[in-house]
Amino acid sequence: MKSLVILGAGTAGTMMANHLNKKLNRKEWDISIIDERKEHHYQPGYLFLPFDIYKPTDIIKNIKEFIPSNVELIQNSIEKIDAKENKIVLAEGEIVKYDLLIIATGAKIAPEETEGMGGAEWHKSVFDFYTYEGALALRNKLREWEGGNLVVHITEMPIKCPVAPLEFAFLADSFFQHKNMRNKVNITYVTPLSGAFTKPKSTAALEHLLGEKNIAIESDFAIAEVNNDDKTIIDYGGRVIPFDLLVTVPTNKGDALMERSGMGDELNYVPTNKATLQSQAYENVFVIGDATNVPASKAGSVAHFEAEILTENILHYIKQEPLAASFDGHANCFIETGHQKALLIDFNYIHEPVSGTFPFPGVGPLQLLKESVLNHWGKLAFRWIYWNMLLKGIPIPFVGSHMKTAGKNF
Amino acid sequence: MEKLIANKQIQVNEEGYLANFSEWNKEVGEAIAVEAAIDLSPKHWEVINYIQDEFKKESPLSIRKIGKSGVVDIKEFYALFPNAPLKTATKIAGIPKPASCI
Repeated sequence: MKSLVILGAGTAGTMMANHLNKKLNRKEWDISIIDERKEHHYQPGYLFLPFDIYKPTDIIKNIKEFIPSNVELIQNSIEKIDAKENKIVLAEGEIVKYDLLIIATGAKIAPEETEGMGGAEWHKSVFDFYTYEGALALRNKLREWEGGNLVVHITEMPIKCPVAPLEFAFLADSFFQHKNMRNKVNITYVTPLSGAFTKPKSTAALEHLLGEKNIAIESDFAIAEVNNDDKTIIDYGGRVIPFDLLVTVPTNKGDALMERSGMGDELNYVPTNKATLQSQAYENVFVIGDATNVPASKAGSVAHFEAEILTENILHYIKQEPLAASFDGHANCFIETGHQKALLIDFNYIHEPVSGTFPFPGVGPLQLLKESVLNHWGKLAFRWIYWNMLLKGIPIPFVGSHMKTAGKNF
Repeated sequence: MEKLIANKQIQVNEEGYLANFSEWNKEVGEAIAVEAAIDLSPKHWEVINYIQDEFKKESPLSIRKIGKSGVVDIKEFYALFPNAPLKTATKIAGIPKPASCI
């Protein structure tokens, strides 16, 4: 019997467990998945929790619910990967050996990377919404907050779901209007990038929306520190921005396990072949989702498309064939813009997001890079798709792992 | 498009980044630095050399990475190339503007 081990039962790891459970010859292969957590969180829901759009019960389920019964779930923390010896060392020194390893340990926030960020004001007037605790604390704050300067801030790239902070700013505008207090709130969007987004056409569209919603933008801001006494953020160039409420996306890093195992880059991401998803250091190690260093968005949609590619390549690898399946960097994201509207972007390593129709060229029904009510319903429907189809590895109709260029206005 | 830099016709993009690193030399770097109102000191050149070495190794650059390079810390990097240091330094070094991952 051979052994395939998956590290991490989040979005990417769970999808791989489901795909491989169906595709591997189970008379030859044992599959196990290691994760110490008891809950599976629908992370896109963290965006809606602060605004009381979702409740905690909407976004939390038992982690076991999504792992197939003949895949062994090992609920323990991981001390180290010993890739030279093909083994995993668990917390109490227990050893799990593997023939094939899939790393799906994700990314998490590291506020400690910025001076003052985890300081006295943390979860008092300085919040993140990339953790359940942060999003919940922010919800409680927003229920009572009486207004002032709201600063929505990105510390440094790359971050998970790079559009989420923009969505937060748009939803905040909508939220305060509904509470009849928009005139008491100044919203400023602060980014280390040169504009609202990284690619030219979507940046133009998104900056237009920021202007329409009276959200100021401060770009090229590389934060040096959060001053908890003055309630300001200061950048290395000496620029100072005051806040009454700071909603920040701290530095994102891969799991500290990569550092302990000597397998990560300076942000603990695992160097990975961007087409085949094989680790650059070990041929029997594959990497998926936020844990990789590939130049694609860190997002569930990317992990979903990668999972289909990686499943094919693992089957090729087992048969000692060339790794023929190639990931193109495909990402597909709804961007909530407030007032029950959203826009949709679809892009890959080569093609930036543009306008057009999706998924059917010329037909839609969804419009790319344009606000619509239907896109908003698409985003909300996605939570059902996530729990019922995506995690279980059921293909989403008409949305393939490779990006299509038809129907797009390049 | 072509631009006359240090008496040489050089291929650049709309933002003034060199299209081909092979067209770069020290005089070209100095001329781009003058345009950015930067007077290049030996410390500037240490940073530029580091950036070019990383580029040749196809290793992606970020402000964090330069801060951990051992050549300068982030504060010094900003002091040497004010405002948007990575963009200015890569332009002077003759390599493409670093693409931020999304």
